[in-house]
Amino acid sequence: MSIIFDNVSKKYNDNYVALDKVSFEIKPDEFVSIVGPSGAGKTTLLKMLLAEERPTEGKVTLYDTDIHTLTGEDINFVRRKIGVVFQDFRLLPQKNVYENIAFAMEAAGRSEEEIESDVPHVLELVDLGSKIWNFPHELSGGEKQRVAIARAIVNQPDIIIADEPTGNLDPANTYDIVQILKKINDLGTTVMLTTHNKGVIDSVGRRVITMQEGKVIRDDPNGKYIL
Amino acid sequence: MENTFYNMETSNFKTKLRRVIRAGFFNFWRSGYVSLASILVMVVTLSVIGSVIFIGAILNMTMEELRNKVDINVYFVTTAPEADILSLKTKIETLPEVKSIEYTSREAALANFRLKHENDQITLQALEELGENPLGASLNIKAKQPSEYEGIANFLSEENILGADGEKIIDKVNFFENRVAIEKLSRIIDSAERLGLAISLSLVLVSIVITFNTIRLAIYISREEISVMQLVGASKNYVKGPFVVTGVIVGLISGFLTMFLFFPVSYYLGNTTQNFFIGLNIFDYYLSNFFEIIFIVVGSGVAIGAISSFLAVRKYLKL
Repeated sequence: MSIIFDNVSKKYNDNYVALDKVSFEIKPDEFVSIVGPSGAGKTTLLKMLLAEERPTEGKVTLYDTDIHTLTGEDINFVRRKIGVVFQDFRLLPQKNVYENIAFAMEAAGRSEEEIESDVPHVLELVDLGSKIWNFPHELSGGEKQRVAIARAIVNQPDIIIADEPTGNLDPANTYDIVQILKKINDLGTTVMLTTHNKGVIDSVGRRVITMQEGKVIRDDPNGKYIL
Repeated sequence: MENTFYNMETSNFKTKLRRVIRAGFFNFWRSGYVSLASILVMVVTLSVIGSVIFIGAILNMTMEELRNKVDINVYFVTTAPEADILSLKTKIETLPEVKSIEYTSREAALANFRLKHENDQITLQALEELGENPLGASLNIKAKQPSEYEGIANFLSEENILGADGEKIIDKVNFFENRVAIEKLSRIIDSAERLGLAISLSLVLVSIVITFNTIRLAIYISREEISVMQLVGASKNYVKGPFVVTGVIVGLISGFLTMFLFFPVSYYLGNTTQNFFIGLNIFDYYLSNFFEIIFIVVGSGVAIGAISSFLAVRKYLKL
């Protein structure tokens, strides 16, 4: 169930090269940080994994399947096995905390009983039990990100993708979020994290893939943030 | 492919449907001003559609009245035997173009004449001096369509109708004198109906387009949400469903609101229209056709809401 990027390139219409022959493999249970300056291709990489973007060349393999050969409902099945956390949280503004998390479960077709028991449970896990009926605009940045993480893990995904999850947070919240991600990883979920934050990388202390101008320039099993 | 990934689904179709409806309702309620704006625009559209129904009724009624004013009269010679006239009447009745036919006997014609001139002593005196009834019997024929009078008139002249004893019994048919007027009127009626239809259709079309765009803007606001829903793995139909439900709710509320507004408006316009147009009181029309009108207005609202939402969401769905 490894994630395999095999010679993946992405060129846009105007010949801008976002990814240039990227290859690596991520084993189950790994915690991988992807670092690099803006425009290095980190986000494009994650979008490939979610089948939001198609590679111009090469293939991305997940569950022993080239995911860009999948269509329609099959892509949804893959996405339900991947939890995603974004820098800008991307919560549903018209839904309260409970409904935001319930939505991911409903989308996966889970029953009402499962939703009623799992949502409060996962909110306890991210320490937000008291804000269950609040709307996103009533929460702080750190709280929103914890809701987003709760939403990402509630379907017990195999992989968590976190795209600069701490980019909008203060140091205390950043520390909390990283701790939560580490805890999720300890429970057996693969975590892919992109970040700019040197402190985050150093505190994780796991594998670091460094990117620059669409290329992987360093792949360090016990990385530090070096540019 | 289905078997490659573990399917976590444990909810049935009924549960999903209930969730979609509930989400649509919340979506409507929590969008507040956006929903209100959609309703306002939708009410305008449905009012246009409703007005088209009323205007159509008025136009139909007026045209019907005008049509009824067109007829042809067949005048018989005074010596024509009544039996021959009545047998001709039966014959004409079988023509497919004929809507109605009315016989006026010589005596009835005389009585009508006297009634008409009851204040005109000179004429009445002249009549007395004649000693006998100078008026012939007549048939008043109405066709189903104004354009069909010519056929009927031709039938009457072609037959060159003779009585039982071979005498000519028809004095004259007034179609040939009124021909120009009748044809002109029938053309006016035709083009008025066609023009009315064209104007109505374009008004309806324009307002539907405006409503469609309003709903599209309302959904444009949610485009980020739509992409997030897809990213957490919601299927297309599960994303579309609530928006379509919201569109249906907007349509329902707008439909009933429009019908509610028509009540005082048609009441206020009732007497005016009755005097202005020949005999149609639109308030009475509103009341007597209430269920038909509410079906069309609310039905249009629901259809426009659902279809607009469906098309608008589709635009922001990827995959």
